[in-house]
Amino acid sequence: MLFRNVAELVELAENKEVKIAEIMIQQEIEVTGRTREEIIEKMDRNLTVMEQAVERGLNGVTSVTGLTGGDAVLLQKYIKSGKALSGNILLDAVSKAVATNEVNAAMGTICATPTAGSAGVVPGTLFAVKEVLNPTRMEMIEFLFTSAAFGFVVANNASISGAAGGCQAEVGSASGMAAASIVEMAGGTPSQAAQAMAITLKNMLGLVCDPVAGLVEVPCVKRNAMGASNAMTAADMALAGITSRIPCDEVINAMFQIGQTMPSALRETAEGGLAATPTGRRLQEQIFGKKQ
Amino acid sequence: MKYRSAFDIIGPVMIGPSSSHTAGAARIGRVARTLFGKQPAKAEISLYGSFAKTYKGHGTDVAIVGGILDFDTFDERIPFALKLAEEAGIEVIFTVEDTVTDHPNTVRIKLSEGERDLELVGISIGGGTIEITELNSFELKLTGEHPAILVVHNDQFGVISAVTNILSKHRINIGHMEVSRKEKGKMAIMVIEVDQKIDEEVMAELEGLPNITQIIRMVD
Repeated sequence: MLFRNVAELVELAENKEVKIAEIMIQQEIEVTGRTREEIIEKMDRNLTVMEQAVERGLNGVTSVTGLTGGDAVLLQKYIKSGKALSGNILLDAVSKAVATNEVNAAMGTICATPTAGSAGVVPGTLFAVKEVLNPTRMEMIEFLFTSAAFGFVVANNASISGAAGGCQAEVGSASGMAAASIVEMAGGTPSQAAQAMAITLKNMLGLVCDPVAGLVEVPCVKRNAMGASNAMTAADMALAGITSRIPCDEVINAMFQIGQTMPSALRETAEGGLAATPTGRRLQEQIFGKKQ
Repeated sequence: MKYRSAFDIIGPVMIGPSSSHTAGAARIGRVARTLFGKQPAKAEISLYGSFAKTYKGHGTDVAIVGGILDFDTFDERIPFALKLAEEAGIEVIFTVEDTVTDHPNTVRIKLSEGERDLELVGISIGGGTIEITELNSFELKLTGEHPAILVVHNDQFGVISAVTNILSKHRINIGHMEVSRKEKGKMAIMVIEVDQKIDEEVMAELEGLPNITQIIRMVD
């Protein structure tokens, strides 16, 4: 392994004067024994899946239960009306994140980033900033490797599972990964990417996993929306030169500790939080009958 | 390090809605199918923890059965797996367990046909990554940090040394190894964790040894 935490990752990239994406690719070559071409081609295929999912979601989908779907379309129409208050790029990221998760809820094909429940954030932000930064295909692939590098650290030092660590581990991780990748694509330094990850994750700490009826729909789709907007904001903050007072690795560790102490009812069991609200319960009964 | 590859994080490509409860579940089902070696007549599936609580919403049931039908995580037939299993003549029995397990996403799968059976316990640790923690009552302790193979063989003298001889011939160093059997002289298994990549040539050579029933890559 070339790196085990964010500090090592940033140091490596800065010493070698390469992107974080490059460090991830080098580690992948070392660990798997595959060639650079094979690895890049595989990520290219994942990128294509993401592209297709966004496109499908923007055309409008509905889940089997009817609980989710169509919000990405509403948001795109609203952006086109020219009345949007929070900025078109931000809302474009939000709508594309929603689009991906609506496809996921409809049991469509997606690429987990790092999980399926949080699969909207990374592609949502990528395909939105693409419109402004005009990256090459290779730069888009690098965006995903940078996300992978930060996600890799979180997965090995904390968790990326809602059942183990709550939504902070899923949408929280995805959001931090996306923020770091946006910074790198926009020309920020590896250190700034880590700052963006830290700022993002700090704002996701404590987020519980409380899916209504146990479905990856409510509130998951809208949490991806907020994850994308959180990532965009934190990326801009880091690019502006703002730093996190708590280093990224310590934020990741705090996330892990919070996950450890989170009650089971709030870790993907559909027993607490929004799942336990009167409406949440009513929806569960409507979908599955009285008791599962 | 439980996660080794960039594609554990960006991936898998899968049918929604949940990487741990759908894709991970499908992968565990498929490992059971691969180890069993063929389509079973009966599949008994016990769900624990979050799997037990939310399996319907996440499609965990269709995913596991899809895996048992040898479907990959992105196979678009997964949503219809229960019906397809019925059509294929597989009897599927689901049990929801209350027992608290070490990991919240745990499933026990027993596949059988006539006298033959196979039982394993799998956990889905997030993002579609899985671990097999028990096989035929034999606890597997795989760290996931190094390449590992599972060798199913006949419990006879010389089989273990034949396997290790081939590994040593290819300059592959064994870091950790466990051997177990159910009954003297019957089926036995070896779990071998090594430091180097085991390529196809070595796998083929191992498979060609007498008294070897099956060799499976557990960790690449």
